[in-house]
Amino acid sequence: MNEYQQLTWQGIWKNNPAIVQLLGLCPLLAVTMTVVNGLGLGLATTLVLIGSNCTVSLVRNWVPNEIRIPIFVMVIAAFVTIVQLVMNAYTFQLYEALGIFIPLIVTNCAIIGRAEAYASKNPIKYAAFDGVMMGLGFTLVLVILGGMRELLGYGTLFSGADLLLGDWASAMKVTVFEAESPFLLAILPPGAFLGMGLLIALKNALNNRVESWVESADEEKVVQRARVTAES
Amino acid sequence: MKFTLTSSPHQRVKRNTGQVMRLVMYAAVPGLIAQTWFFGWGALVHFAIAALTVVITEAALLELRKKDFELAIKDCSALLTALLIAISIPPFAPWWITVIGSFFAIAIVKQLYGGLGFNLFNPAMAAYVMLLVSFPVHMTTWSIPQALSLYPTGFFDSISIIFTGYSSDGYSITQLRTYIDGYTLATPLDTLKTAISQNLTVAEAIESPAFEYQLGAGWFWVNFAYLIGGVYLLKIKVINWHIPAGVIGGILLLSLAMYIFDDGKFASPLFHLFSGGLMMGAFFIATDPVSASTTNKGRVIFGLGIGLWVYIIRTWGGYPDAIAFAVLVMNMAVPLIDYYTRPRTYGHKTEHKKTIAVKHIDSQDKSE
Repeated sequence: MNEYQQLTWQGIWKNNPAIVQLLGLCPLLAVTMTVVNGLGLGLATTLVLIGSNCTVSLVRNWVPNEIRIPIFVMVIAAFVTIVQLVMNAYTFQLYEALGIFIPLIVTNCAIIGRAEAYASKNPIKYAAFDGVMMGLGFTLVLVILGGMRELLGYGTLFSGADLLLGDWASAMKVTVFEAESPFLLAILPPGAFLGMGLLIALKNALNNRVESWVESADEEKVVQRARVTAES
Repeated sequence: MKFTLTSSPHQRVKRNTGQVMRLVMYAAVPGLIAQTWFFGWGALVHFAIAALTVVITEAALLELRKKDFELAIKDCSALLTALLIAISIPPFAPWWITVIGSFFAIAIVKQLYGGLGFNLFNPAMAAYVMLLVSFPVHMTTWSIPQALSLYPTGFFDSISIIFTGYSSDGYSITQLRTYIDGYTLATPLDTLKTAISQNLTVAEAIESPAFEYQLGAGWFWVNFAYLIGGVYLLKIKVINWHIPAGVIGGILLLSLAMYIFDDGKFASPLFHLFSGGLMMGAFFIATDPVSASTTNKGRVIFGLGIGLWVYIIRTWGGYPDAIAFAVLVMNMAVPLIDYYTRPRTYGHKTEHKKTIAVKHIDSQDKSE
């Protein structure tokens, strides 16, 4: 695996910020009532991650080690403010729906974690790619959890897609079944915890199979040519 | 003559799990009959639905976990869970409530934690709470005693209501809850709570037709029937006295204290003992050997806790009855209770300080 493949593998499966590192659980559990809410927060987090990772990587040689955490937090806060203002301007209803959880992206440990663990030690191209992949892994979990909860709770999928993508997307709403009364447990916080637990269990159950599949593909390559980079 | 050779402990196992579970179910029969007599056939229909769901769920999940499901189904623990769910939910709740509840109880609360013996929470009560949180409207619509109802329901009416929402004569659940003179009647606990929130006294509240001789109409007999079943369980030693005594003692203590403090605002202890699901909870639910405390002292504390919580939630909480919440809260406390009530190991003295003191004196004697 080269560095990019390694980052993809780490971000989406092996070191997924949400279901392996269990970071950023507060927004994860709080906003995933629908797919669109999950997707919206996931995209916002991804944008912040890419921005903060790039910036931290750019300034990594000038940041004094002793005060690096406050500096990273300020960089992240700046990007969160940008994303917040952009969402306020272009997707106002989604901005309203996500509420406090957009400013709270600042406190998402997944972001400061990547800045500290990866971006502050690696060149900008890798740091940016790491941001993309970690963000994607986080978004994926948000969307799947949102899908599970929306499906069980309301019997629909992609309801409110127009909040994120514009008016044409209101046609995207899929009604899987008409529920007489919403299954409140799935929509309330306990449903988020249960759904999260089930997702982690599923990941653990599939882990060996997926890992052996990916790593066997990796070994063949290693046989053909020498290793290019050290594993981070 | 042939003797069996076994290693210690030489404890005679009188009953296996299946026999115990079946005895508990037989003991619930009087209560079930009373419930059917007063509130219609709903409980039995729900039991049939729940039993089918739990057996299928248990078999499917054990198959997934690559275990022998025949054994697990024969021990009847899942059927007991089904029975407890069926008698806790309102008799005229729609069928899918039972299906969702039973599936949740077996799949999530029991099997995901490792099956019988490993579940932290009482499956039936966890399912009940899940249903109450998810479908508050359906779960709080109890039917009224048949004798008081404007439209008494037969067996086929019950089936029809559970599966379609309307009786075979086309009456909706709201209509079926209509009292003879045309008012919709709530359960005694609900009636009391509403009345007190409107600044009425208990004496005024119990003038409602939901009460009979100052006790809940119908509910007294249902609770009494479960009490008889429970005493039978005690007599044949399927359960010990500690937990039921704790539950009854807990609610008795607190309700008596509050009743003496202000009998205008707080209902009598007798009313609390014989309303809602208290007797069923005390003898059939709290005594679940898996999720309850395991030491005798701990069991008393566990029961007391349930009794206190039931009274607290009934009186000051948002829900009319509280057996399920009380049991779950105390289930969470079980590890702590067990830790602090570990029995003394045989041969070890509790007053070890004394022995140390004696030894100390001994050694002093020798040195002198």
